[in-house]
Amino acid sequence: MATKAESRLTTFKLVSFALVGAWLIIAAFPFLWTIWGSFKVQGDFFSKADWTNAVFGVLTTRETGGAFTSNGYFGAWVQEEFWKNVLNTLVIVFFTVIISLTFGTLGGYALARSGFRYAFWILMAALIFRAMPHITLVSGYMLPFFEWNIWGLKGTAIIVLVAINQPFTLWMLHSFFKNIPKDMDESAMVDGCTRFQAFWHVIVPVMWPGVITTGLFSFLLAYNDYAVTSMLLSKPNETMVPAVASFLGSVQVQGNIMFAVAAVVSATAPLFVLILFFQRQIVSGLTAGAVKG
Amino acid sequence: MKHRTFFWFILPTLSAMILFIALPIVSVFIQSLFVEHEQVLVVSESCGPFGCTQTTSIDTEATEALRADSPLGQYNGLGTYFDRSHLATAEVAEIWKASTGLASFVDGIMDLKFYKALVFTLTYTFVVTPAVLILGLAIAVGVNNLPKALRGIAIFISLLPFLVATIVGSMILSWMLDGEGIIGATLQNIFNDPSLTIKSSTPLMWIALIIYGIWHTLPFSFIVFYAGLQTVPGDTLEAAKVDGANKWQTMINVVVPHLMPLVSFVTLMLLMDNFRVFEPIVSFQAEAHAQSLSTFILSDLREAGNPLYASAGATSILTIIGVAILLSPVVVRTWRDFSAKSH
Repeated sequence: MATKAESRLTTFKLVSFALVGAWLIIAAFPFLWTIWGSFKVQGDFFSKADWTNAVFGVLTTRETGGAFTSNGYFGAWVQEEFWKNVLNTLVIVFFTVIISLTFGTLGGYALARSGFRYAFWILMAALIFRAMPHITLVSGYMLPFFEWNIWGLKGTAIIVLVAINQPFTLWMLHSFFKNIPKDMDESAMVDGCTRFQAFWHVIVPVMWPGVITTGLFSFLLAYNDYAVTSMLLSKPNETMVPAVASFLGSVQVQGNIMFAVAAVVSATAPLFVLILFFQRQIVSGLTAGAVKG
Repeated sequence: MKHRTFFWFILPTLSAMILFIALPIVSVFIQSLFVEHEQVLVVSESCGPFGCTQTTSIDTEATEALRADSPLGQYNGLGTYFDRSHLATAEVAEIWKASTGLASFVDGIMDLKFYKALVFTLTYTFVVTPAVLILGLAIAVGVNNLPKALRGIAIFISLLPFLVATIVGSMILSWMLDGEGIIGATLQNIFNDPSLTIKSSTPLMWIALIIYGIWHTLPFSFIVFYAGLQTVPGDTLEAAKVDGANKWQTMINVVVPHLMPLVSFVTLMLLMDNFRVFEPIVSFQAEAHAQSLSTFILSDLREAGNPLYASAGATSILTIIGVAILLSPVVVRTWRDFSAKSH
């Protein structure tokens, strides 16, 4: 009896370990392969004849003299001026995150402390807005923005990204503020603070864990966005993600697909660092909405 | 909180949402009711020694003036919704009449671009969502059985495909699946068929996009279920064990029911995100084989020189109706909970 249960246990464990192992390989391999391959020439990266070429860089050695080459990176960053897109991304992402958090904190706090019926409806509306495909919203912006002559500016994209970010930010910060005991700010108000003073002196000092977690997701949304940035930014204001996508079209013709590969690796690298430092916050943010319902 | 204070606190976020989410939806709807101006044609007669010829040419200046005058175009009512590239009611009726059976009817429908996009979007949504739910749960259980030290690494690796930009992630995968990439070339060798590429076959392209979708969203359901597994009460597990339940039985009868609220949350999120599938199709350059409702809008907006706002608007509204249908069970349930609480 005991041995039978034991053996069942091992089969169960064996199957689940195999599954986890397979998943981890499938999850990591594309990244490792692309990072490794970004230091090779195109003939090696797309090595149809023999895949070991891509590992040992046979053609790379033949063409450049070494097993690794940074030609792709040079081409992307210097020749195609990818650094400009990196700067644009920094500006747009920074302001999007700061403004989103400011708006979201105020709104989320109000929703968490208000028992009125319309607070519920605002949250429901936010949920529905959260589900709107971004490209349908973009098709609503294009014509008015062209008419008002504000199409293509960084500021326009920042405001739009902030707005698209709001539903998610509101939900997250609302559930976070609900967990901060009401007594804290209410006792401050009994002591003669106005609502805003209570918020500023009592809530702001303790809200940072929730704000940082929410900020991470605002960052990811702005950093990874394609629909808005590709349609609403002019060429000189383009961020990394649409730039990578347009590389794909232009460099493929010239046979410089390695530029796109190098740009993709450059755009992904910051995310590795982000996950490394903020893994715990990201996990808690992903589950926050779920656990609290 | 007083109404006045509430108003000032909520004002920035609410005005951002109204200006840039609610109004654009209205604007999209208005756009969809108009149709682009036709070009102004001028007929000029030039008489030469061999008689007069009439030539029709486009009066660019007048066309420009007309467009600048009323940029929306001319009023068309709901016409755009029922035209050939949207609901195509006339064409559908014709196909229905001409078709000999269900199969030929479906064949005919698939030639219409809107229905083709709709079929792909729905297939993608309803294949990726259940697959991600089941695999995510299985992997969460697996990781939960790992030694503590390994769990962190497993989560770190798992987060990569989820957090990478969709457009970038799908690009990475499309290079590997390419006929000359590592996976594509290996498949060609295995099946000994050099013409086997995702770029040349619609079913393969669909499979590639669906595999990408699973790869990209699996971490989300895995992480949520993993967090849920930490909250399964130890006593209940113990009791199940004492009663003689094996691991599988415990799993089905104790763990899964405990996670049920999470399952509905993850399903809702996945449905919302999968229904707007868009970036992978751009990255895979799959427009020839698979269009979703979102790429359909993109290609209208990208129409060189003269974006088709009306057509994009009509598709957008139809997409929003689709989202509303998907979300309605959730909204109804939340409303019931809410009114049950308030009574």
